[in-house]
Amino acid sequence: MDAIIVAGFGGQGVLSLGQFIAYSAMYEGMEVSWLPSYGPEMRGGTANCSVCVDKSPIASPIISAPDTLIAMNMPSLTKFVDKVKSGGTIIVNSSLITVKVDRDDVNVIYVDANALAIEAHNPKAANLVIFGTYVKHCGTLNKENALETIGKIFAKKPKFIPSNLAAFEVGYAL
Amino acid sequence: MAIVFEKPKMLTDKPTHYCPGCTHGLAHILTAKAIDKLNAKKVIGVAPVGCAVFAYEYFNCDMQEAAHGRAPAVATGIKRVIPDAIVFAYQGDGDLASIGMAEIVHAAARGENITVIFVNNAIYGMTGGQMAPTTMIGQKATTCQSGRDVALNGYPIHVSEMLSQLQGPCYIERVACYDVKHIKQAQKAIDKAFQNQVEGRGFSMIEILATCPTNWGMSPQDSLKYVEDVMCKVYPLGVYKDTTKEEA
Amino acid sequence: MEEKKLLKGNEAIAEAAIRGGCRAFFGYPITPQNEIPEYMSFRMPEVGGVFIQSESEVSAINMVYGAGGAGARAMTSSSSPGISLKQEGISYIAGAEIPCVIVNMVRSGPGLGGIQPAQCDYFQSVKGGGHGDYKMLVYGPNSVQECVDIMYTAFDKAFEYRMPIMILGDGMLGQIMEAVTLPPMKDFSNVPNAEWATDGTRYGADRRVVNSLYIQPDDLEAMNHKLFAKYDVLAEKECRYEEYLCDDADVIITAYGTVARIAKSAVDMLRASGVKAGLLRPITLFPFPCDRFARLAAMPNVKKFVSVELSMGQMVEDVRLSVNGMKPVEFYGRCGGNVMTSEDIAEYITKEGK
Repeated sequence: MDAIIVAGFGGQGVLSLGQFIAYSAMYEGMEVSWLPSYGPEMRGGTANCSVCVDKSPIASPIISAPDTLIAMNMPSLTKFVDKVKSGGTIIVNSSLITVKVDRDDVNVIYVDANALAIEAHNPKAANLVIFGTYVKHCGTLNKENALETIGKIFAKKPKFIPSNLAAFEVGYAL
Repeated sequence: MAIVFEKPKMLTDKPTHYCPGCTHGLAHILTAKAIDKLNAKKVIGVAPVGCAVFAYEYFNCDMQEAAHGRAPAVATGIKRVIPDAIVFAYQGDGDLASIGMAEIVHAAARGENITVIFVNNAIYGMTGGQMAPTTMIGQKATTCQSGRDVALNGYPIHVSEMLSQLQGPCYIERVACYDVKHIKQAQKAIDKAFQNQVEGRGFSMIEILATCPTNWGMSPQDSLKYVEDVMCKVYPLGVYKDTTKEEA
Repeated sequence: MEEKKLLKGNEAIAEAAIRGGCRAFFGYPITPQNEIPEYMSFRMPEVGGVFIQSESEVSAINMVYGAGGAGARAMTSSSSPGISLKQEGISYIAGAEIPCVIVNMVRSGPGLGGIQPAQCDYFQSVKGGGHGDYKMLVYGPNSVQECVDIMYTAFDKAFEYRMPIMILGDGMLGQIMEAVTLPPMKDFSNVPNAEWATDGTRYGADRRVVNSLYIQPDDLEAMNHKLFAKYDVLAEKECRYEEYLCDDADVIITAYGTVARIAKSAVDMLRASGVKAGLLRPITLFPFPCDRFARLAAMPNVKKFVSVELSMGQMVEDVRLSVNGMKPVEFYGRCGGNVMTSEDIAEYITKEGK
C-alpha cells in the first residue's frame, strides 16, 4: 500500500508522473486510483494528484496523510511537508527546492531532477527521473515492469521511448 | 365526375380546432400537399407549443410534440438519427422567434437538413392575444393595450431577414396567404423547401404571414386585408436566401 | 476479457455508453464533465453514431428528446447548472416516456457555485427535478468500474421502463482515473426499432405520436398513475445498495458515490479504535433502499444513523423518512466544493458518540 501525493507547477509533468505510477501499478495487477486537482489552477499554477496503490480495492482515494510526497517545487513542499506520515518518504526536486526538509522522522531523497534530465539528453523528462527514483526507493513497484510501462505509454510516440528510459535510469541509479 | 379537390393524404380526418378565418388550416394543407408530392417512405413532423400544439393530431404521419420553442432541436435530434426521413418543424412566432430563438438560429446555422414552416401572425394566439416578438409597432395586444411602444417593447423581429444573414441556411422565403395568387406562391415555396431537404441541401424555412381574426378583433375578410395592407409592408414578401440559385 | 485500462471516470462512462449501444450524444461544455463530450466527438463517428455540440443545455436535452423519441439510444451529460437547464426537457421526456440517459457530474452550488465536487443535486435528481409528477431511475456509482457497469446496462433499463435514467456522479468521479475492465460492444444492428418510436414509416391509423400533452384531466391522471406504477416496479426490482460491517454496528454511516468510499475508510478507522461502525451505501438513489434502512433501524444493536454528504443535507431527508423515527438520524457534511476526509468522518462519529 502506498498513498502518494505528487505536486508541482503545471507543466512539470506532475499529473503524468502520477499516471506513470498508476499505470505501472495497474500492470502489476494492483488496485490504483489517480485523482487530480482540477480547475483553473491547472493552467500554469500549482498542480497535484493523489495516487493510491494497493493490493486490495482502494476505499478513499483522498489522501490526508501521504506515505510518499513527491515535491517538484517549493510551494508544493511547503504545502504538504507536514502532512507526510511519520516514517514516510519525501522525494524533493532539489533543482528547484534549495532548502532541506526540516523533519527527522521521514526519509528524504534529494534529486537534482532537472540537471539529471539534461544529463540524459531529455531536459523535459525531470518527471521521469523522479519516477526512476520513486521506483527504486518505494518498494511497491518492479523496475522491469516500470520500464515496460513507459514503453506502453509512449507506444504511439516510439521515438521518445529511448530518451525517457534513459531519464528513468539516471533517476533509478540514485 | 372529375375530382377537383382532395384532402391531402398527409392530413388526418380530425376536424381542426382553429378559429374561423385563421390561416393555420391553410398552412397545414399547403404543408401536407407538399409532403404528398414527395412520396416519401419516412416522414416525421414536430409540433410546437402555441395554437398549432395539436398539429400532431392533424398531420397523418409520425409526430413528436416539442416543448415551447424547442422544435428545431427536437427535429435536429430526429433527423440526425434517421437521416433518410423527411423531418419538418411547424412553429408559430412566439415559439420560434421568442422563446425558441436560440434553437432556430443554431439549427439554421448548422444547416440542418430539415424544413421549418414558420407561421407568423404577429400575436400569441393560444394564450389570448399577448404581444409577440413579431407584433408590429402600434399593433394592439393584451400586454400592450395601447399598441406596441418601441420605448417600452422595442422593435419587432424580422426573422427571415435575420436568418438569411447566416451562412447555414439553404432557402428562406416569406409568403402570405391572403388571396389565391399568393396561396399558390406559398405552395410553390413550401414545395421547394421540402424538395431541398430531399436533395440534401440543408435548412429551409418558409415564413407564412398569417391571420388571427380572434385576437386581432377583426372579421376573417378584414384580417386578410390587414395581412395585405399592413403586414406585408412591415414584413415584405420574397425570397431572402436561395443557395440553389447560387449553385445553378 | 479485455486488458484493464486506466481511465478517467468521464472517459470510461463515454466508452461504456458506446459499448452499451449509445449512438447519439448531444451536449454542451461545462466543467467538470467536458471529457465526456470531447470523447464522444471523436468516438461517435468511429461507430457510426451522432455527436452534436448543441447551442445550450436546453437544446441538447431536446435533441435527446427527438432522437430518443425516434428510437435511438441517445444521451447527454452535464454538470449541475446545466442540469437545471435540462430539467424542462427531462420533464417532457418523462411525460412522453422516452428512454434516455443523463449523466450529471455534480459541482457545488447554488448559482454558478464552483467547479469542485459536490452532491448538492440529490434533490433535483431523485425528487423529479422539473415540473410535474415524475421520477427517474437514479444511480450513484462510487468508482470508475461501477460507472462503467451501470452505464453499460443503463440503456437496457431505460428502454425496459421507457424512462430517463440519471447517473449522478461528482467532480471527483469524473476526474479520477482507475483501472477498469471494459465490457464488449453490444450489437443492436438487427434489433428492430421500439414499437412506440416515431421512425417515420407509418401513416394514418398506425402512425405514432411522441407527446406529453394530455388536455383532458382524466387522461392525464391516468398517465400519472401509469408512470407511478412503473416506479413501484422499480422499487421492487431495481433497488440496489451495498453494506459494509452493518450486522453488529452501533452506528450506521450512510453515504453514496465517492463519499461512500471515504466513509468506508472511516469505518475501518473507527473499527480499529473500537467503535462499531458500519456503512450502508445506496447504489440506486431512486428507488431509495427505504426497506433496508427500516430493517437496520429495527435492529437493537443499531443506535443511530449518520448521513454523510457533500451538501447541506439532502439524502438525510430520505434516510429520516425511511428510519421513520425509530432511531436518531444525524447529518455530517461538507459543501462548497470541500471534501471531507475519512479522519473528519471518524472524528465526527467519535465526538458525537460521547
